[in-house]
Amino acid sequence: MGIVMKNETLKVENVSMRFNLMEKKVDDLKDYVIKFIKRELRYQEFWALRDVSFTLGQGDRLGILGLNGAGKSTLLKIIAGVLKPTEGKVTARGKIVPLLELGAGFDSQYTGAENIYLYGAVLGYSRDFINEKYDEIVKFSELGDFINVPVKNYSSGMKARLGFSIATIVEPEILILDEVLSVGDAKFRKKSEKKIMSMLDKGITVLFVSHSIDQVLRICDKAIILDKGKLVAQGKVKKVCKIYEERMNES
Amino acid sequence: MSRLFDNFNKYRFLLVELIKKDIKLKYRRSYLGILWTLLEPLLTTAVLTFVFGGLLGKGGRTFPVYILSGRLLYSFFAGSTKAAMKSIRKNSGMIKKVYVPKYIYPFSTILSNYVIFLISLVVLFASLFVFDINVTFHILWALVPLLLLLILGVGIGMILATLAVFFRDLEYLWSVFLMIVMYTSAIFYHVDYSSFGEKVWLFNLNPLYLIIMNFRNAVFGTPIDIKALLLTTIYSFGSLIIGIIFFYKQQDKFIMNI
Repeated sequence: MGIVMKNETLKVENVSMRFNLMEKKVDDLKDYVIKFIKRELRYQEFWALRDVSFTLGQGDRLGILGLNGAGKSTLLKIIAGVLKPTEGKVTARGKIVPLLELGAGFDSQYTGAENIYLYGAVLGYSRDFINEKYDEIVKFSELGDFINVPVKNYSSGMKARLGFSIATIVEPEILILDEVLSVGDAKFRKKSEKKIMSMLDKGITVLFVSHSIDQVLRICDKAIILDKGKLVAQGKVKKVCKIYEERMNES
Repeated sequence: MSRLFDNFNKYRFLLVELIKKDIKLKYRRSYLGILWTLLEPLLTTAVLTFVFGGLLGKGGRTFPVYILSGRLLYSFFAGSTKAAMKSIRKNSGMIKKVYVPKYIYPFSTILSNYVIFLISLVVLFASLFVFDINVTFHILWALVPLLLLLILGVGIGMILATLAVFFRDLEYLWSVFLMIVMYTSAIFYHVDYSSFGEKVWLFNLNPLYLIIMNFRNAVFGTPIDIKALLLTTIYSFGSLIIGIIFFYKQQDKFIMNI
């Protein structure tokens, strides 16, 4: 236990996540003091994840199924390192690239070109690496001369295209996908799917969240089901998808 | 500790990018650009000199330099702490999606303000010649209060950045507090026993005043005040240590509050 075996790329051990939600949101000092004096500062505990464990090896492609509020996004955020779990731990080997809400890290006043450097730095790339890959990123994004225009003048599709191009320029060991297979227009969507498929063929580990069972079946070889924060099923993708369909029909 | 250092090294490029971004965007939309950084303290110093020197008849020939040196340091402190306070909320989009060490936001904000502040010191340097002030080797001592000012800014900035995540209205409180700091920093008056009597010791409670005092000592070629130097060292490093500990203890809760 606790030792990462050679081909294990991701190990999630007994991860639980608790949120302390205030019954009414208090986010200024004035409200806080008033509520404190009136003794109305009540917190409500809410477990978004409860004791979730699984292990992925190199090349495993895991589909994460579950209804809204099942804890899928929380799990992805914990794996990406954005959230720290209340209990348990996550051990990952190698570079994790999260393709979540592409372009969320852009500065709207900055031009596309400047944002390539900024967003690249956020993702942990070095300056030399970005210099080297700059042309490739611009070419893939198909932004052309728009690359020197501030991002605030971009359409949402253009932003997503640029975000996708920057995030996928590295070859990650672990890729986190949150239904981003619909980037931009039909033409770019095909291109981005092709790019993702080529990454998959290189044997990277993938975590894929989707509501579409078809997509999960097409992309993944393993799957888990989350229900109200608990892991209720895991195993081969076909088996788990079947369980999921049955559960859906029951309710 | 070594993990912290590795982490810092990995994100050094991001730190540089964030500092560059702050500075670039600040001047992108103004015609005067960086010139504004030089012009603005000159104009306010002219106003203050006119009011306190001209109308109230205070100060002597070098009074404008006295005012300018105080004002430059104060406006760095006020501007950088205000900006650092907002830095976590401003970058909430990024914080929620990608892992980046969070201290990088208040830290880069203070540093970008510091770079601009250092550029604005050119005005002060020029004024030394205009007002024919005898520059001595003491001026090298100015580096010490300038460094302490940066440390104080980072420390206070981290504390404010943390608090502001939980209390949105802190911005207004801090503005009021900064007003107190400004009036007690002796920007446009002299602190001496004849005007303040026994209460003069109260000025020891204001770290910014003490930093400004030693900075002026260096600029005007008088020896550094050792007691003020010791006090400011304690204030600066004290606030830095408190700021770092407080920030690290609270940072995992940020994401649920922004």
